[in-house]
Amino acid sequence: MKHRFHKQGFRFSSAFFTTLTALATFLILAILAVILLDALIYGWRTLSWHFVSTIPKKDFFDVKTTGVLPMIIGTSIRVIVMAIFVIPIGVITATYLTEYAPSGSIVTRVIRAAVNNLAGVPSIVFGLFGLGFFVNFVGKNLDAVFHNPSAVWGQPALIWASLTLAVMTLPVVIVATEESLKAVPQGLREASLALGATKLETIIKIVLPQALPGIMTGGILAVSRAAGEVAPILFTGVAYYMASLPTHLTDQFMDLGYHVFVLSTQSPNIQQTEPILYATVLVLLMLTFALNLIAVIVRARVRRKMRSLH
Amino acid sequence: MAEITLPKLNLSDAPAAPAINAPTLIEINQVSLYYGASKALKNISVNLGEKIVTAFIGPSGCGKSTLLRCINRMNDLIDNVRIEGSMKVAGQDIYAKDVDVIELRKRIGMVFQKSNPFPKSIYENIAYGLRLHGMKKKSELDEHIEQSLRGAAIWDEVKDRLHTSALGLSGGQQQRICIARAIAIKPEIILMDEPASALDPLATARIEELILELKKNFTIVIVTHNMQQAARISDYTAFFYIGELIEFDTTTKIFTNPAKKQTEDYVTGRFG
Repeated sequence: MKHRFHKQGFRFSSAFFTTLTALATFLILAILAVILLDALIYGWRTLSWHFVSTIPKKDFFDVKTTGVLPMIIGTSIRVIVMAIFVIPIGVITATYLTEYAPSGSIVTRVIRAAVNNLAGVPSIVFGLFGLGFFVNFVGKNLDAVFHNPSAVWGQPALIWASLTLAVMTLPVVIVATEESLKAVPQGLREASLALGATKLETIIKIVLPQALPGIMTGGILAVSRAAGEVAPILFTGVAYYMASLPTHLTDQFMDLGYHVFVLSTQSPNIQQTEPILYATVLVLLMLTFALNLIAVIVRARVRRKMRSLH
Repeated sequence: MAEITLPKLNLSDAPAAPAINAPTLIEINQVSLYYGASKALKNISVNLGEKIVTAFIGPSGCGKSTLLRCINRMNDLIDNVRIEGSMKVAGQDIYAKDVDVIELRKRIGMVFQKSNPFPKSIYENIAYGLRLHGMKKKSELDEHIEQSLRGAAIWDEVKDRLHTSALGLSGGQQQRICIARAIAIKPEIILMDEPASALDPLATARIEELILELKKNFTIVIVTHNMQQAARISDYTAFFYIGELIEFDTTTKIFTNPAKKQTEDYVTGRFG
């Protein structure tokens, strides 16, 4: 009887999988560390106040005179405009799906499948969609409606790039919002309805405020994803070079991610451009990080306020 | 509302609602409820009196909560629910087509099994219902909130922390906040769905005291698992078993001399 509980030697499978999972985790951390350190070490030397605050000349391959101010502004604005569109639309869609649509109905299932498929579409396809739908269809028709002598809306622009990104990140916001709405206890909805609140009052005053941190998580994920994307803006608004900053939503813009691509493929002198390239990558990483950080801080404050209510 | 209802002749198998001393406020007549194809309530007929406490007792799944939730039409929220028969509150058919459910729910408050204060301050929890009904002035809100909290016997415990989260209170206090929230909008009826089942004996005792106090101004229908509780606080008791109303009578009669064997078995603890 006693011997049955003795260890039967080394358990190979258990040790093997422990090591395997640890290695996989380590690999991810290592890749992240290499990317960040590489950009930080090589980019830091070139990074200066001058670099981030200068509007460069057309020949932006000279490390002494170049700068990335228009790219920082372009990327920031397109992400913010995108968020302004995608968050309300995503939240309203998710609210319909969780609060109004009869669960399990064909319509709901079709919408959910569409949302999931949207998330799987390659970003370059979104770029082409943006060109075909927003620029050539919506934009050109707006020009026709307003009788513009030359194209104002019917050309690549900040607004179309932002909207294309909004379509691309819509599933992220919808899924995150749906999850956070489902996490709101049914008891709170019932309490509100039992007091004679309408469904709309219940959703606006009780359910959505409770789901706010989750909705913000969706927004943060959407912003992170969009900030670094290049393909969707390629045909819809980004410019190789602009001498001045964009002033209207119908202007084209320069973009950090696209600029990285330009620097690495269009330079006449690779050796000379390399430091600029590293610094631009570092700025892009820092900008994405900063946008995330702001959103995370705001979310933390909302959560704290919900808990303490002081 | 203030008419005295005599016992009605009932042609079905369901027991006739006996005469009660209080005027009838809620008339339930031949009510059946289906979840999809399954029948959860079978031809329930009973009249509930005004400004008394009526307890619904019975084992789990007997339909007592389902019937309670018919009275403020909370079952409307569930898909695939079908209700037959008629239910009248103060003489008005609450399932008639022209009934405004929102108005109905303003007149029939509800306290749930699991205390569910809003994740807001104590003050805002009570103010919510008042604001829904158009009260805006701060002085008026303050006054009604104090009144409601006093009415729910919790004012002394929370008066210094009105603007802190209601979620920071104990379970029993949270449940009294929910009662305060329900009475703030001055309903005529308060439905209570096992309001003390998640509370310790002391908190339960406070809720029971409160119910006896509330009876002076409100009609109370309470679902409870706890037979001692039904015996302590209710004037009338309805015993349900698998979707049927087995017996309805004064609480004293139900607990001392029930007419049906099943009721006797249940109240003496032989099953359930």
